[in-house]
Amino acid sequence: MELCEYRGKGILREHGIPVPEGRVVESPEGAKIAAAELGGEVVVKALVPAGGRGKAGGVRFAASPEEAAEAAEALLGMHIKGYRVRRLLVERRLEILRELYACVAVDREAGMPLVMLSREGGVEVEEVPEHLIARAHVEPLTGFHPYMARELCAEAGLRGGELRQVAEVLHRMYGVFQSRDALLVEVNPLAITPGGVVAADAKLSIDDDAWFRQGMEQREEQRYVELEGSIGCIVNGAGLAMATMDTLKRLGGEPANFLDIGGGAGAEAMKRAVARVTSNPSVRVLLVNILGGITRCDEIAEGIVEAVQEVRVPVVVRLMGTNEEEGRQILRAAGIEVERDMLAAARLAVELSKSI
Amino acid sequence: MILADSSTRVLVQGITGRQGRFHARLMQEYGTAVVAGVTPGKGGESVHGIPVYDTVREAVREHDATASVVFVPAPLAMDACLEALAHLELVVVITEGIPVKDTMLLRARAKRLGSRLIGPNTPGIISPGESKLGIMPASVFRRGSAGVVSRSGTLAYEIAAAMSSSGIGQSTLVGVGGDAVVGTSMAEVLQMFESDPETEAVVLVGEIGGEAEERAAEFVKEMSKPVVAYIAGITAPPEKRMGHAGAIISRGRGTAESKIRALERAGARVAEFPQQIPEILREVA
Repeated sequence: MELCEYRGKGILREHGIPVPEGRVVESPEGAKIAAAELGGEVVVKALVPAGGRGKAGGVRFAASPEEAAEAAEALLGMHIKGYRVRRLLVERRLEILRELYACVAVDREAGMPLVMLSREGGVEVEEVPEHLIARAHVEPLTGFHPYMARELCAEAGLRGGELRQVAEVLHRMYGVFQSRDALLVEVNPLAITPGGVVAADAKLSIDDDAWFRQGMEQREEQRYVELEGSIGCIVNGAGLAMATMDTLKRLGGEPANFLDIGGGAGAEAMKRAVARVTSNPSVRVLLVNILGGITRCDEIAEGIVEAVQEVRVPVVVRLMGTNEEEGRQILRAAGIEVERDMLAAARLAVELSKSI
Repeated sequence: MILADSSTRVLVQGITGRQGRFHARLMQEYGTAVVAGVTPGKGGESVHGIPVYDTVREAVREHDATASVVFVPAPLAMDACLEALAHLELVVVITEGIPVKDTMLLRARAKRLGSRLIGPNTPGIISPGESKLGIMPASVFRRGSAGVVSRSGTLAYEIAAAMSSSGIGQSTLVGVGGDAVVGTSMAEVLQMFESDPETEAVVLVGEIGGEAEERAAEFVKEMSKPVVAYIAGITAPPEKRMGHAGAIISRGRGTAESKIRALERAGARVAEFPQQIPEILREVA
């Protein structure tokens, strides 16, 4: 789950990292009041969970409450990277001397957190030359200690009070990463101001799988991806789902969506999946591709038999694997044909999608 | 074969749960030596004649177990896996939805202890005709000399089924797991297959996201055995999570094209669709 800048900054503040004072508003009038309360120059930012917001025109400066209202007027309703701007963050404008880049991320291949720091902040990290980014992997059994943060700062070329302050922020950022089950804690820019180091932006991504200890809702078991074609797909397992999508396209078909029912789905889950996938009006044929391991074909078959009565489009079913024979019998008894071969099922689905 | 054979003595953690109970029986029916189960508080019970213990330590002491297959639910899985790693050389984690932070800790712990962690979110390991440590449907496998390593479960079954039905058997199939961070990488499994005398060719089943296939390609260059690969998600739109937590093309990285290019440069043959793999295996073997 990606947190918006305001929530991200709230978490940083709770962990003792300085952030600019700010207010969330939803109208020009609100922006005016917020600017008056904050006093002096302010910055008005579109609250959207997307990077590159500044370049897209989503950040404006205002010298007075009236200008803040004007900026808000211009920003509200804008579309930035597919997100409509509904809320704004009004913050006291910082006097920025220099901009750094700092983040804690997951290095998937190393299997360890990675802390990065660069003196070249304010731009997308991909645009910063490799040799200007100081990096340190964190051994999970040892953790990230203050001296490691100081080493990184020294490597990035920081000295004196700046080194001490930035190291403190980095260490606290790692604390956020650990305690919040984050996948990414990014501060860009980390601003050097006359008053000290301030997190001028914040990007936090929280691991959905940590729902049980982060007070989050449990993520839905079924993962649904919307595409643009006419074949609705229900598949068990992400890899097989992607391979099904690739195969349909190779055969000249276009998937409308796919739903990965996950491992071990039963009849109820199957019923819900059918309803969800076929609720998309562009679906002209439904392809169910199940290769049972932890998923049992008989339970899937029961779900299909019940759900199919409500369905307005032809259904192609491929079943193989755990309890396959039982599943096949259940479907046959209900007059539903079953394929065993994935390619044959995909071909049939493509044909049907074109002939209807 | 690698990692599992008929001498592997298996413990099932979470054996009294719905999935643990069901798959303990299927593993047993396959011929796997399932010697004990563990569920805290249920010591003294039995499941399909398999004795249940409160702790891994007791189960290992009584039955000389060498490996564990973990079905414990995600919120309790890290603790169960740490317990397994403390006593066993091989721990196969079927559980899906374990937080990345927990997996990073488990991986570090396994490396420290010199134990082998497979998964999480894996179908497990099968050496056809010998032993099955996982949830895969036994019917699609047959014994042979092709090793298979995969990030995905069901896609690996699909490919194994296509191989088996055209007469190509498997030495061992290893699911490394679909999460962003896993205990054992595809590159490490390739190394095991390279030094396994029974494996003559290797099938690598990858998918979009991360750089595991690119890393594996680095080792493919060094291999004497032919490698045939398939990458799922070539038509996936960017920035959409395609089901697996790990399957996302982000900031232009992790694309199928990048993986295919790396593998082909390293000398692997890359199939355009899963069912094409047996044919290519015939050509390269």
